[in-house]
Amino acid sequence: MSWLRNPWGRPRVLGLMTVLYILWSVTPVAIAILFAFNNGRSRTTWQGFSFKWFTGSVGSVFHDPALQGALKHTLLLAAICVALATPLGVSLALGLQRWRGRGGGTVNTLMLFPLVTPEIVMGVALLLLFLRVFPGIGLGTEAQVIGQVTFTLSYVVVMVRARLVSIGREYEEAAADLGAPPRDQLFRVLLPLLAPAIIASAAITFALSIDDFVVTQYLSSDASTTTVSMLLYSSARGAPTPALNAIATVALLITLATLALAFLVYRRFAGGRDATAVAALEV
Amino acid sequence: MSSRWTWRLVALPGVAWLSVFFLVSFYAVVSVALGNQDTLSQPVPFWNPLDWNVGYLGSVLSNIWHGGQFLTVFVRTVAFVALALGLSLLIGYPVAYFAARHAGKWRGLVLLGLILPFWINYLMRMLAWINLLSADGWGTRVLHDLGIERVFLALGLLSSRGGWLDGQSSTVVLALVYGYIPFLILPLYAALDRIDERQIEAARDLGASRFSAFRRVTLPLSVPGILAGTVLVALPMFGDYYTPDLVSASTSTNMIGNQIDQFTRQGSEKVSGAVLTLLLALVLLGLMFYYLRTTRRAGAEAAE
Repeated sequence: MSWLRNPWGRPRVLGLMTVLYILWSVTPVAIAILFAFNNGRSRTTWQGFSFKWFTGSVGSVFHDPALQGALKHTLLLAAICVALATPLGVSLALGLQRWRGRGGGTVNTLMLFPLVTPEIVMGVALLLLFLRVFPGIGLGTEAQVIGQVTFTLSYVVVMVRARLVSIGREYEEAAADLGAPPRDQLFRVLLPLLAPAIIASAAITFALSIDDFVVTQYLSSDASTTTVSMLLYSSARGAPTPALNAIATVALLITLATLALAFLVYRRFAGGRDATAVAALEV
Repeated sequence: MSSRWTWRLVALPGVAWLSVFFLVSFYAVVSVALGNQDTLSQPVPFWNPLDWNVGYLGSVLSNIWHGGQFLTVFVRTVAFVALALGLSLLIGYPVAYFAARHAGKWRGLVLLGLILPFWINYLMRMLAWINLLSADGWGTRVLHDLGIERVFLALGLLSSRGGWLDGQSSTVVLALVYGYIPFLILPLYAALDRIDERQIEAARDLGASRFSAFRRVTLPLSVPGILAGTVLVALPMFGDYYTPDLVSASTSTNMIGNQIDQFTRQGSEKVSGAVLTLLLALVLLGLMFYYLRTTRRAGAEAAE
């Protein structure tokens, strides 16, 4: 029992702590998922296994209009957000990386700021913007999309720039030496090399959009603009049925499937080291 | 692609987007905070700095100065965040240390366990605890059977048996720890992983015990990572309102985020809400610049 004499010498105490930590961080969610399959109305007493909160005819994720609406709106926002944030972010990353002369540092700082600004500050700012500056847009789906693009854009830029740095300029220069015009250097050399990073950042944008809460809530208008996160916030302390756990589980599965797919694509085309960095999202 | 303007043109759409929706929207907060309100208590922003009206800012500042409600909320926010950060470091550092130095063949699995909560919706993770800590929940029962409930009652951290979700400050702090600790552990892990093992071996060869090698080599070398991770987690914690709303639902645990949320989104005191948002942003600006500067320096060193 040498570790008793010198508990810090062997990592057993630390290992035990790590195992306990991971159990503590994952088990509550696992239990919440378990209760999505409860064959009863309780979220605290197990009454047998059932799919009724997913597919049942009353109050289930696929039949309750409010739950179904929230799920659809969440996915709609995520799809539009990806379609806008990805091209905007990729072009901003390219432009910033090749920026020569003044202004580059300022733009870079501006781009990084949404990553560290507390979401409530962005939420209030955008709320006031759409109430007072763009009353024509107003609150609702358009505002929610704009808000989500504003903070996911920076994630796309950071990831694409990291890939640009690791590619280097050799391929472009080789293409230029071989006589490729600038347009071909961009579309036939650089963008294909960037594809893994673009796909990964699109997936992360999709996941961030699904999981977003504050900005989406601040820019919502009525019940038709409720997302899954907003539903969790507004019903968790009421008297919800396990259908709430069920819809959270569905959203979680979509998020994890998207990210797993992106991780596999990235590892296949860009090598393992970069892929781990993407998974850990070291911004 | 040699023209220096070509690449600026490529960056232009993104720059324009951020200018309008980030910079202008923040200017809207300033203009509302230093504006007025109409008879329906809707905000009337003053866009021209020459028109700015410091009346609302003045009354919020005087409330804070004279120890009013806003001071209470502000002090409570700082206390909650400080406690939650301290507890997170106590739990997170050993875990990150183990993952970086001793996990061995289990490293991949441990990392997966550390990253997974990152991608589980924050509100779902809170929902999970609401289920567990409700009066007849599994968590409440376990805490009772293990005697933890009795300890919390004796220490005055819990006001009634099974009342974990009835406006308890202790529950809010623990929920903040649970919510944000994954975002702290990963930067800690990255910092500890980056330390050159040969430096620790050198200390051991020169006669340092394991503990003093840790205290005099590993720990000082990980301080920049500790600071960066702490700041990264402190920023969203200072703006949190949903955690206290969900696990306490009582104004007695209001943080500054709750006050802002009640004024702006839910209520009709948008001018005072904008003033509080502005003050919060100004207080946090230093932390934001600190974080951006340290990560840029770390990035530059890594690129060398």
